[in-house]
Amino acid sequence: MTETLIETNDLSVHFPLQGKLFGPKPVVRAVEGVTVHIERGSFYGLVGESGSGKTTFGRALLRAVPITRGTAKYTDADVSYDLTTLEGDDMTEYRKRAQLIFQDPYAALSPRMTVRDIIAEPLEVMGLTQSRDETDERVREIARKCRINLEHLRRFPHAFSGGQRQRISIARALVSEPHFIVADESVAALDVSIQADVLNLLKGIQKDMGLTFLFISHDLSVVAHVCDHVAVMYLGRLVETAPTRELFAAPRHPYTKALLSAIPSLDPDDAGNVVKLEGEIPSPINPPPGCKFQTRCRYAIDICRVEEPKLDHSGFDHDVACHRWKELADDPQASVVEHD
Amino acid sequence: MTKPLISVKDLTIRFNTDEGLVTAVEKVSFDIAQGEILGLVGESGSGKSVTAKALMLLNPDNAVYGPESSITLNLGDEQVDVLSLGPKERKVIRGGAVSMIFQEPMASFAPAISIGDQMVEQLLIHSDMNKASATELSIEMLARVGIPDPAQRFSQFAFEFSGGMRQRAMIAMALSTKPKLLIADEPTTALDVTIQAQVIDLMKDLVNEYHMAILFITHDLGVIAQTVDRMVVMYLGTLIEEGEVRNVLRKPGHPYTQGLMNALPRLDDLDTPLTAIKGDIPSPLDRPTGCVFNTRCPVTLGEDCETRVPIYTSMGEGHQVACHLVEKTGAPA
Repeated sequence: MTETLIETNDLSVHFPLQGKLFGPKPVVRAVEGVTVHIERGSFYGLVGESGSGKTTFGRALLRAVPITRGTAKYTDADVSYDLTTLEGDDMTEYRKRAQLIFQDPYAALSPRMTVRDIIAEPLEVMGLTQSRDETDERVREIARKCRINLEHLRRFPHAFSGGQRQRISIARALVSEPHFIVADESVAALDVSIQADVLNLLKGIQKDMGLTFLFISHDLSVVAHVCDHVAVMYLGRLVETAPTRELFAAPRHPYTKALLSAIPSLDPDDAGNVVKLEGEIPSPINPPPGCKFQTRCRYAIDICRVEEPKLDHSGFDHDVACHRWKELADDPQASVVEHD
Repeated sequence: MTKPLISVKDLTIRFNTDEGLVTAVEKVSFDIAQGEILGLVGESGSGKSVTAKALMLLNPDNAVYGPESSITLNLGDEQVDVLSLGPKERKVIRGGAVSMIFQEPMASFAPAISIGDQMVEQLLIHSDMNKASATELSIEMLARVGIPDPAQRFSQFAFEFSGGMRQRAMIAMALSTKPKLLIADEPTTALDVTIQAQVIDLMKDLVNEYHMAILFITHDLGVIAQTVDRMVVMYLGTLIEEGEVRNVLRKPGHPYTQGLMNALPRLDDLDTPLTAIKGDIPSPLDRPTGCVFNTRCPVTLGEDCETRVPIYTSMGEGHQVACHLVEKTGAPA
């Protein structure tokens, strides 16, 4: 039986903007009413375009941004935290258990620290080790796991390539032995030939150490390869969530279908049954009424323009927020991504 | 046989740096025909951007071009030797017959001048239009690339445009002087997939309409497959494979091209684990001798690969590969 490590209910993150002196201040609704269950030991993918709120959601789970509304709970074997009210010692303890891997390995590492110091810093800050020898031992151990040459620990980050730097960032995030990792676009800045290596490393470590990952990415093919479960976000809302294979074999939401078909095929003669999306993602300050995707959706009808769809069970573990998913699923004309 | 629009021969580019002379591009040759889209693929450090910039002489002053290097632009009645152009004669390759669009459209527009003024300015420089007709043409071009309310958008600034809009405006601007060759350096990399699909469609339409050639630079093989006619693959400053896009993607000859294809996560096959190319791209300061790929090659023959630069071996019409193994066996590595 699997257990839920992270559970959110109707989670929202709003950022107030500078407004006029009187009257209501405008608000950016970065994340709006997101409900997810992330199971322990899973590799949970979060997909969306820029402005979809995926990064903000990841940060809210780490309490790097304040949660405006809704609940978020972290339940481990020995403890349980309510992330909305976390503070003081509990917050310090939670920081040891939840870590973040950044996108850009060039910006994330201090150029003035040696690789050893970079990796050791979390241990020292959190007071996890008693002596320098113990710290060194922990650093060497995690460096080995992340396939960092131990000789390199004395060098500075500028000497390393993107792939090597990303392995250093990963080691730094893992050295405090966290249970939950948010990886925000962690391979997006890497070249293809290196990307595969880092993905395999993340996946291997996740299995070995029994970690739970929230893997945030805009790249659906990467997500398809590493994640067990995928959630798709659009304009701050969760529009579809399902186990990876299920989602890619039978996407239900028109947005998911469009995203999938927009990925250029490697076969020059297969232009694909591309569902062209018109226009661009609306502004989260002034989102459209009803379904947030209605401005770009070719199946939008009257109800879509007034009423926001709720997440609906469309199959085992497969939820979709669309008024018309049922008729679209029955209509062969509407099914655009075929799998054999 | 018609002459290619632009012909690059034995292009070698080195940079004078504090750490010595660094080779960025070595003996690269390729042609682009009229109306052709040529894809230039490579990872970071492959020299693809430096090569493209050489076509417009945009490399910084510490760039040293090798003595045998030549770039010839064929404008019908006139042959332009690009590398020998003096500072005053460069107008033809900078917005005249050759235009360029860049990866980051936000960084390519001046933030404090309206999009319209920037479009008009270049038309005044490159054509004998007056301001009124330049304005008219610019608004027409904005409409052509699918920007709604072009007349109103014309007087707005870059920050008021979204990412996709900016890239469209950039394309409109680059095409308004009717160049013969458009250099597109990672034009869709900063865009979301749904917007990327829109921009690629737009570029393909415009090629047909204006009958111009495009040098399309990207690291994304999927984009290449859907966009270009022919492609060249670069690794560490060297051209290692060239051919029709169908031939190269279906039957890649070079172990590096094969490695790239295997490292790419594919949606139609979720079961095969991703295979990385082992090791990291060497630093250009530390270029391997012989075949530049020998330090990471899974099928290296040893000494031959480490000492001698492989020659180009044909694998079919127009498809050539620089690899010792292909040279020996005549089959893909």
